[in-house]
Parts: sequence; structure tokens; C-alpha cells
Amino acid sequence: MSFDNLDTLYRQVIMNHYKNPRNRGTLTEESVTIDMNNPTCGDRIELHLQIENGIVKDAKFEGEGCSISMSSASMMTQAIKGKKKDEAIYMSSIFSKMMLGEDVEDVEIDLGDIEALQGVSKFPARIKCATLAWKAMEKAVAADEEE
Amino acid sequence: MDIQSIRKQFPILGQEVNGHPLVYLDSAATSQKPVSVLEAVDAYYKLNNSNVHRGVHTLGTRATDQYEGAREKVKHFINAASTAEIIFTRGTTTSLNTVAYGYARQFLKAGDEIVLTQMEHHSNLIPWQQAAKFTGATLKYIPMEADGTITLEAVRQTITEQTKLVAVTHVSNVLGTINPVKEITQIAHEKGAVVVVDGAQGIPHMKVDVTDLDCDFYAFSGHKMCAPTGIGVLYGKKAILEKMEPVEFGGEMIDFVDLYDSTWKELPWKFEGGTPIIAGAIGLGAAIDFLENIGMDNILAHEQQLVQYAIEQLSAIEGLKIFGPERRSGVLTFNMDQVHPHDTATVLDAEGIAIRAGHHCAQPLMKWLEVTATARASFYLYNDESDIDRLVEGIQRAKEYFGDVF
Repeated sequence: MSFDNLDTLYRQVIMNHYKNPRNRGTLTEESVTIDMNNPTCGDRIELHLQIENGIVKDAKFEGEGCSISMSSASMMTQAIKGKKKDEAIYMSSIFSKMMLGEDVEDVEIDLGDIEALQGVSKFPARIKCATLAWKAMEKAVAADEEE
Repeated sequence: MDIQSIRKQFPILGQEVNGHPLVYLDSAATSQKPVSVLEAVDAYYKLNNSNVHRGVHTLGTRATDQYEGAREKVKHFINAASTAEIIFTRGTTTSLNTVAYGYARQFLKAGDEIVLTQMEHHSNLIPWQQAAKFTGATLKYIPMEADGTITLEAVRQTITEQTKLVAVTHVSNVLGTINPVKEITQIAHEKGAVVVVDGAQGIPHMKVDVTDLDCDFYAFSGHKMCAPTGIGVLYGKKAILEKMEPVEFGGEMIDFVDLYDSTWKELPWKFEGGTPIIAGAIGLGAAIDFLENIGMDNILAHEQQLVQYAIEQLSAIEGLKIFGPERRSGVLTFNMDQVHPHDTATVLDAEGIAIRAGHHCAQPLMKWLEVTATARASFYLYNDESDIDRLVEGIQRAKEYFGDVF
């Protein structure tokens, strides 16, 4: 494997999110908080979602981890803000498909920056890094529904 | 030690990974296996496969002889007094759990203390946490020095008359710290406590003499010492093992069975319920032959030289921090400024270099080090300085690669 292959993993846009994470922090408004970690490697995310009338009004995260997990969290919070809960869950399912290497070009939503993580599917050991934030989001939405 | 000829005996090391010759620096996770071990397992299945201790037929006798022969080899390798003290298990985790269930839960009570260190692998921590919850005993930790070592003064201050069990790792899988288990055992025995040593990272790399250490239990895995996965050993002093009840019940471990009561076989078989790990034990026997042929003292000296060279080379890299003491086994844990260990490991993997990144099953130690994860390179008898040179080049490239970002 050459560094070209590494470039498919570490795209510029990923590095940009890692270096300048969007939505880093906590929410003071009434929000759902989910702590999740990846027990095999120690990556950790604390996700705050403010959900009103079925819409994700705000999303913030804190956490520690590698460039893939932290950039993915940054992108995820950006992507789901303003979306309906079911849209957010749908996006997560598309993301999972992307991680399995499935073609997601035909989907009818704008993936935006998230698409940059497509290369992760070629690095099986790193898929869990990328999906951590999305799993936390799914859990937060489920927790909101229970309330 | 002729490293080139040793390497030739490990077929896996001859391959290319991601377009580069493999550099395997993850032996603390699991070691590679020499041809002699692979052939011993292969020959067992091709020629002698049979269940042990039951068949009247010839294959059964051969399998039993080989299985018990492996026990004999382990006994000599660690200088135990008797084969009754050598229990085959699935690995270190099972060995330690056998002591936690068969000894700690049976004999400890509320008010008793279990003493550990903060550098324990989860497998020498959680069984005692659970045993403490079950019995009402309390856990105590021997404090560590800033360099990740423990002093005998700290050991003396922590172990009291209430201490009934001391569980300590021989060698830290993260820091490489070599603990003074002989001296710790002496102090613990003065207070009447039994000593359990987690030898997973010790026995593959140095001569272990359980009679000299005088510890009550010594647990280890085969797969970190050139043997297959799924086989391990619990050494225990006969007098203590005899007091203990078995922890697994069923076939193989019984003497007489009645509808309402049963009795157990003698040691060591009362702890080996079910068909044992026959091929694994034979593989372990072959691994012991292989290691003894090279010599444990030679292996230790080689690794000491290698780790010193690695410390010198890695220390020269700007922004790289090494964790752990000066005197250590062949384990080098480090982090780089600005580059997360997973990313370091991925860049190195692209160069064909296998290292470990993560918490290394030692989360309390990560907390103590004030990190969430680290990168770890670990060495064994088949590594040489050229592997370390490749590691250094790989780290430099990771630095350049991520350096562009920051």
C-alpha cells in the first residue's frame, strides 16, 4: 500500500474537520446526552442533542479519539442539525452502508462532507472509529423518544 | 543468537504486507509461531489424534503420553516441584479466574484485603474486583513511582496483616516494568498473604523459576511464547491447590460419580474438566523445546539490547514521548504530539509495520498516564535492529504526513 491509499483514508476535508471540529462543546439548553466509547480502542464521545418537535435543533459533542472518529463526529453533528429525527436515522443507515463499501451515490440526500469518509471502508480496522458518533446519535434519538 | 536463522523458522515473517516486507512489532499481543510448533500440532492431528486418559487403544495412549509429556516440559521449564502443580488452562485469563473462583471466593471474607498494582492488565484486575464484591474484601493498590515502577517500601506500606491475597504482574504489558516479584512475595508471605503472579508478559522473555520466586500461583499463556492460542498454564503450590475446590465440573475431572454426590480426581486433573486442549498443550511443549534450545538468558539479553537501541532511536524523534522506566522488558509504549496512536498505527501499517494502538487492556493505567490511548511496539527473539530502523522511518513518515495538517 502506498501513501496514495492513505490519502483515500485521510482526505483533506477529514483533516480539516479534525483540526477545526465543528460543534465541539456542550449544550446548556434542555438536551439529551449520550456517552459512548469504543471499548477496544478507548475512543470516547459525549453527544448532546437538542430535539424539539421531532427536529434536531442543535448538536454538540465532546470527546477524545483519532482523526477518523473526531472528524466523523464533527461531520455528523453538522449533517443532522435542522433535520427531522427520521431523516437523521436514515442518514445513519446510509453511512453504515457507505462503511460496508456499498454504493450510495443514488441516495436522495445531500451527504456533503460525509462523503469524504467513504475511503474508510477500505480500512476495516478503522470503520468503528467512523461509526462511533453515528451510533451515539441513534442512541440519543432513541432516548429522546423514551422521554 | 543468529537472528536471521531464527527468522527463517517463522514462515509468517517472510511475507510482504501492503507492498512492504512485514515488520512484526506486536509480540506482546501475541507472538508468531516457529515451524517446529506448527509441525508438532500438525503431526498430532495427522498421526495421534485421540482423546486422553480414557482410550484403551494405541492412539489414546500416544495422545495421553504427549499431553502429559507437555506437562512434564512445563514443570521443568518453570522449575515446579511436581506436575501436580501444572494445570493446563485456556490462557492467563482462565488461569487467574481459576484462582479468583477457586481460592479468593472460597477463602476470603469481609474485612480482608486484596492488594494489586495500578499497572495490571484487565485480566489481573477484574477477577479480583468481582471476588472483592462477592466476599466483601477490599481492594488496595500499591502506589507507583513517576517512572512506572513500584518500590519495596511502597509494597511494605500497602500490605498489612489484613491482606490475604496479592496479585501482581511480573512484567507490565504497557510500560515494560519488571516487578520484583520475588521480594514482593517475601513481604506478602511475612504477612500471611498468598501471591498470584500474572506471568503473561514475563515467561516468554526471561527464565522463570517458581521455586525461587516462591509465589503461590503463576499464570501464563502459550500464545505469547511461540505456542498456539487457546492453551495456558496455572502453576499453583500443591498444598494450596489441594485445599481448593474445582471451578469447572463435568467429565475428566471426576473420581466417583453418584446420583447425589461425586468426588474429584487428584491434582492436576481435578481442575481440568472436559476434554483438555490436547493439541495446544503439545504445541506448548514444542514451543518450550524451541525456546530452551535458544536459551532464555540469550533471549532476554537480545531483547534488552534491542529495547535500549529502540529507546535511543525513538528518543531522537522530536515530539515523541516514551512511557515507562529505563530498565524494562522489550516493550516500548509511546505517543506523538498531534498524531493520535490509531493514526500512527494506520500509517505504519501502510508501510508493512504492525504495532498496537489503544488502551492495551489497561484502562486504569491509561488514566494514571493521563492519556486515552498509546502506541506500542513490542519485540521478541525474531526482531532485530533493522526492524527498529523501519519503525523509526515509519514514525517519521507519519509525522510528515500529519505534520502537513497541523
